[in-house]
Amino acid sequence: MTLDAHTPSGPLAQKWDRHRFELKLVNPANKRKFDVIVVGSGLAGASAASSLAELGYKVKCFCFQDSPRRAHSIAAQGGINAAKNYPNDGDSIYRLFYDTIKGGDFRAREANVYRLAQVSVNIIDQCVAQGVPFAREYGGLLANRSFGGAQVSRTFYARGQTGQQLLLGAYQALCRQIGRGTVQMFPRTEMLDLVVIDGHAKGIVARNLITGEISSHAADAVVLATGGYGNVFFLSTNAKGCNVTATWRAYKKGAFYANPCYTQIHPTCIPVSGEHQSKLTLMSESLRNDGRVWVPKRKEDCGKASGSIAEQDRDYFLERKYPSFGNLAPRDIASRAAKEVCDEGRGVGPGGKGVYLDFAEAIKRLGKDGIAERYGNLFDMYEKITGENAYEAPMRIYPAVHYTMGGTWVDYNLMTTVPGLFVLGEANFSDHGANRLGASALMQGLADGYFVLPYTIGNYFATSKQGKPSTTHAEFEKTEDAVRGMTSKLLSIKGKRTVTSLHRELGKLLWEKCGMARNEARLKEALKKIPELREEFWKNVNVTGENGEFNQNLEYAGRVADFMEFAELLCQDALHRRESCGGHFRTEFQTADGEAQRDDENFAYAAAWEYQGPDKPAVLHKEPLVYEEVHMSTRSYK
Amino acid sequence: MNLTLRVWRQKSAEARGQFETYDAKDVSADMSFLEMLDVVNEGLIAKGDVPIAFDSDCREGICGMCSLVINGIAHGGHRGTATCQLHMRHFKDGETITIEPWRAKAFPIVKDLVTSRSAFDRIIQAGGFVSVNTGGTPDGNAIPVPKETSDLAMDAAACIGCGACVAACKNASAMLFVSAKVSHLNLLPQGKAEKDRRALAMVKQMDAEGFGNCTVTGSCEAVCPKEISLNFIAKMNRDYGIATLKGAGGGRAKKLQGTG
Repeated sequence: MTLDAHTPSGPLAQKWDRHRFELKLVNPANKRKFDVIVVGSGLAGASAASSLAELGYKVKCFCFQDSPRRAHSIAAQGGINAAKNYPNDGDSIYRLFYDTIKGGDFRAREANVYRLAQVSVNIIDQCVAQGVPFAREYGGLLANRSFGGAQVSRTFYARGQTGQQLLLGAYQALCRQIGRGTVQMFPRTEMLDLVVIDGHAKGIVARNLITGEISSHAADAVVLATGGYGNVFFLSTNAKGCNVTATWRAYKKGAFYANPCYTQIHPTCIPVSGEHQSKLTLMSESLRNDGRVWVPKRKEDCGKASGSIAEQDRDYFLERKYPSFGNLAPRDIASRAAKEVCDEGRGVGPGGKGVYLDFAEAIKRLGKDGIAERYGNLFDMYEKITGENAYEAPMRIYPAVHYTMGGTWVDYNLMTTVPGLFVLGEANFSDHGANRLGASALMQGLADGYFVLPYTIGNYFATSKQGKPSTTHAEFEKTEDAVRGMTSKLLSIKGKRTVTSLHRELGKLLWEKCGMARNEARLKEALKKIPELREEFWKNVNVTGENGEFNQNLEYAGRVADFMEFAELLCQDALHRRESCGGHFRTEFQTADGEAQRDDENFAYAAAWEYQGPDKPAVLHKEPLVYEEVHMSTRSYK
Repeated sequence: MNLTLRVWRQKSAEARGQFETYDAKDVSADMSFLEMLDVVNEGLIAKGDVPIAFDSDCREGICGMCSLVINGIAHGGHRGTATCQLHMRHFKDGETITIEPWRAKAFPIVKDLVTSRSAFDRIIQAGGFVSVNTGGTPDGNAIPVPKETSDLAMDAAACIGCGACVAACKNASAMLFVSAKVSHLNLLPQGKAEKDRRALAMVKQMDAEGFGNCTVTGSCEAVCPKEISLNFIAKMNRDYGIATLKGAGGGRAKKLQGTG
């Protein structure tokens, strides 16, 4: 099968316009005849559900949390990019496009990224109209700041809570539709499988997390906006509930999975404090605007108090290695640089797994109040977790898994290889290539939900003419049976290991073998161990409680069961990609000075994997990445 | 450190609940409160018991999913701190800690320490939004907002919808939550057009959900993890009063309905 991205022809800047004209429309009176299921209520899900309902579609929206407002988009701190060029500092749609393509190490689809940059300007307008309280200048106009991987200030923000405010904007738009009866909301309900009939996505099977009831929901199209898979590493900055279940089960129903090896390790997280650690906390990248990253030049100084190390004995390694971007080097580069200095034995804090992020100079320049106004909530959060005051001594930070660029393969219309199944936001693979720039995740989630899917889904309805099956269709019954079977199996094992202990073991294995630096030998070890661990899981896991009740342990077990399978595909993809690019760093493929070495001749493609059945290796399909406009250069931030 | 936990266990909404006692051994000062509970739960599962159900998700104090009344205080009594951000360094070896769910008629218990806060969602659905559809909005800078106004709106918008305000209030009033959203939107020029209807509709829904009245004790503000100010309640009362005097909705506050 050939993968057709359905990228429109014509000059890059006109593709989206032309495509919108060519897409078939559904007339307003007919829209109410179409039912759409949206799974997930984060930025992508809530914006899609509300926008589709506004257009007249009948929408059912599902989330596993107690309210759609809890989705993990809420935790994004720093900001959202848009090519508004309000600061008059040289920004443009083309520059945002180029920065994003380059930031992604030339592994994203050109036309998608250009469209993302185009609609970025509409997102800001939309959010302002909804009442999102973005930061303002004294004149009343919107304020901007700069972010990693860019030399212009194009990031809009609401203190350190930008994700929260954007999500609440989308949540409120969703609530407005729920109140009007155009969206039916299912909180505490988890999608456990996709139902495919005659090759088209026609519904889902879901579990009510309060009663355990399994139910079928039929629709004319299914939209997954279920976030990323960072929690496969056990420790990540993701919320505890984040999981790969929806997209993984869709993968097993025929939706190809692309580039899972592109995982983003964020350079500025609070270091691990012990074995009990349940999650890691990010300190926003925006801190790197004013904080300087350093470690002692000499190993012997690492145990000393930071204040006692003289200026000339400090190594500001990002400023030294990347003088033009300095502390604002992109995330993958900053993370690897931190790992390198720690591997050299120059790390600080417990176990030597940390580097300093120092605000002393910024406090001298702006005063403590100036820093508190910009980052006060982050300094407070740091103090709550570590018990240390970062106004007085530098923060200690270390890289942690944060975002996943890989995801379900989608075409230019955000449709997967299963017709009628659309995937949005972090859950898809399309826009960030091998590395995502800061403040671009919020942009992509909202672009997909507000401004792309509402156009492209109509074309599917207008051209496919499939009709909606009833939930009594045999395929729904079969899927329900399979879901019930898995649930009872999990409850029946009654082994000796907790779900958490198995998940932690999987995460540790992946972090060591498939984390910031990967190589063939380590990946092969992981690929040997993962099936063993999976077997151990299915033989020896202990899930207590019953199905017909609120059972968090059972929910978690189902999610970890999927991670146990997904991890193998992640390592397989990492092993096959014999190059280094963005967040995927293979130690065998690096330049003399330790930078990632891409292989454009052999790997300028998106790797889309097709499920073949249990315990059979997935089959690789390649979508060549054709750059019509930009030249694939070597990324340099020096 | 070693601790004794008295935890509220209740199998379902209908079942009768009671306190159970558990030991939490070898607790590290660097653990968060929820990580301490994770460890206790690991022990329970290992024994084949059903773990203690509690809500949490982001574990960085922003999603509002975590709850817990700890030693009688919602979120445990550290200023501006949600339960998930509360760390064990604030507790002493040998201490007994009592852990309960949010208790309010409008927040029925789902299981153990988990409650349903859907009433909050319904209040937002009644009017906690600006009625704009996707697309066709003016340029972001076409709507200037004075920085002071924007900052104040942001102070209100910081609410995470956790419900601690209700749990702390002797009347189980939701006034702090409702006033935070009314104030956020009513302060901004974008929200002005629906100012009156919003205040009326949200208050009406709040009453319908069974939340109590405000008697200005300030306990809500004291436990709020985002330190939302009591002043917003005063602001909402003003907005509500003006709307009532104007007769918006004729005293029969209708749900906000767009025409799109």
